[in-house]
Amino acid sequence: MNTTADSRSDSRNFWLLAVAGGLVTVAGLAAAHFMEVHGHAVTGMDNQIVWGLPHVFAIFMIVAASGVLNVASIGSVFGQPLYKPRAPLSGLLCLALLTGGLMVLMLDLGRPERVIVAATHYNFTSVFAWNVFLYSGMAAIVAVYLWTMFERRFNAWSKPAGIAALVWRFVLTTGTGSIFGFLVARQAYQSALLAPLFIVLSFGWGLAVFVIVQAAMYAWNGRVLAPAAEQRLAKLLALFLAASLYLVVVFHLTNAYFARQADFTAFILLGDGTGQPYPLLFWAGYVLLGSAVPFAMLLWPAARPGPGLPVAAAFVVLGAFAFLYVFIIGGQAWPLQIFPGHAVTSSFGDGQVASYAPRWPEWMLGLGGVGAAFLLTTVGVRVLDFMPQDDLPEAAP
Amino acid sequence: MSRRGFLGVAAAGLAGVVLAPGVRLIEVAQAASEGTPGAGASAKVRWGMLIDTTKCASGCTDCVTACNTENGLDPRTTRTSSQWIRKIEIKEIRTGRQASVPVMCQHCASPPCVDVCPTGASFKRADGIVLVDRHTCIGCRYCMMACPYKARSFVHEPLADQKPEVPRGKGCVESCTLCVHRIDHAADRSKVTTACAEACTKAGHGAIVFGDLNDPDSEISRRVRAVRSTQLRADLGLGTGVRYEGL
Repeated sequence: MNTTADSRSDSRNFWLLAVAGGLVTVAGLAAAHFMEVHGHAVTGMDNQIVWGLPHVFAIFMIVAASGVLNVASIGSVFGQPLYKPRAPLSGLLCLALLTGGLMVLMLDLGRPERVIVAATHYNFTSVFAWNVFLYSGMAAIVAVYLWTMFERRFNAWSKPAGIAALVWRFVLTTGTGSIFGFLVARQAYQSALLAPLFIVLSFGWGLAVFVIVQAAMYAWNGRVLAPAAEQRLAKLLALFLAASLYLVVVFHLTNAYFARQADFTAFILLGDGTGQPYPLLFWAGYVLLGSAVPFAMLLWPAARPGPGLPVAAAFVVLGAFAFLYVFIIGGQAWPLQIFPGHAVTSSFGDGQVASYAPRWPEWMLGLGGVGAAFLLTTVGVRVLDFMPQDDLPEAAP
Repeated sequence: MSRRGFLGVAAAGLAGVVLAPGVRLIEVAQAASEGTPGAGASAKVRWGMLIDTTKCASGCTDCVTACNTENGLDPRTTRTSSQWIRKIEIKEIRTGRQASVPVMCQHCASPPCVDVCPTGASFKRADGIVLVDRHTCIGCRYCMMACPYKARSFVHEPLADQKPEVPRGKGCVESCTLCVHRIDHAADRSKVTTACAEACTKAGHGAIVFGDLNDPDSEISRRVRAVRSTQLRADLGLGTGVRYEGL
């Protein structure tokens, strides 16, 4: 990359990526504007499925934002030499994903122009209100953390900042899981297990995003990840996948054991015979493609020729979306049991499994958030030195 | 007049225009004392309803129609329409026993919607009525996720022809207000009733009784003392203001 031609092509690639990310972001903003003008009637959401596809995107990005910081924590807090040079990229991705996720969440509000109300009126019994502080605090802590890593004079503060970020993101993901965990009304949620489940899911999803971005950066710079480094990251991701699957199994087993939860669990895991997508998404999407396949690829290097690590990570992300779709949409599709032991009908969908089909504004808004995270990452990587320098001898594991 | 003088007069005039309505509102608020029309909610009162499902006729939707008319709601029932009250036809699976049950916001003593609302837009008045402040609702729909009764609706489309006494807003969440505008404007609150209860009585069913649960002499208090009534999802311990008879 020392020649003028190389530098020119490098610059062209950057602008291509930045423009692509920018266009997707603008498309997301346009979809949000369309939704604001016409109301949520233009989406697939209704009074039964009140949180739709945008929440799937937003919660994926917010949970992954917490998990992606794992790499930095392992490096700064636990002093692992393989992870230390990756800490800045990990911090940048955290900020980018948090921004993308919050953008989707805010623009999906019924009154997005009142976001200032959310910043000035707090109800401290609301998990959402806690999260307003948790998200903004996270951004501030990670910004300081990045500063301590880049500014040589403050390098000594990097470890305390890293510890603060580690603690904060545990609390943050507890908060995200508790958005659902504290909902006593719905059979799909109301479980204290959701907080630790979301923390463990965040580890896997965040590391998967990190691995994909790192692979793209290495490919762009014509570099190859050292096999030992690849092996370490693969094993760690496999461990996170297994831990996530374990908690998901415990969650569903508990529900299956409770007689009052049996109908709901059967609906999610086996279906109700009306062609609802949730069992297929759970078993084929989350368990098989999102967990078993990448698990095998990660543990047996022979199963992942070529760019196997990022491909396995892509499967993990795919599984994450399948999991969240089943969890968020499937959880709402199951009717509330206001009259247990009764068959019920009404004009308001009582007693019926709700159907949901996301429409284009929801897809565009969700993808717009991903575009914003992509754009921020691209610009960040260009402006500051986020490239992991693990070809240095001291970084060898 | 000098330029400085003009600016001074203009600023004073502007301040007057901006402040006067606020001063006027404070006067109005102070003038309305407890028990008079326009007075605030009193903690001495606990508004509630008793619904006798043995008197509610299957297929009759007079309460729903009255609610729609009173509050300016679109009577069409679509998957995105607001339905503040709905008739649920229930049939016990084991016994086949049937009943028709009007369900609306249950005006809980410990409302989950109020707990989860991030801005405090969902709130409970001193007199037990659970409302949504249309000025601070950001449309996050968390309250709809939290309500065990599916009592809340989200306004999915722009609105037209609103009732001045029942302000609504696109992108906000709303639900049964127990006809709070009637209560707050009533000269004698002991005689006030909701649109649904009024329509039910008019139809000859008399299945809905509205009143003050804290007043031992009110009809609703006498009834709940005399007959067995239940709360929906009593297992959740929310202390609903709406009770049911004959379930």
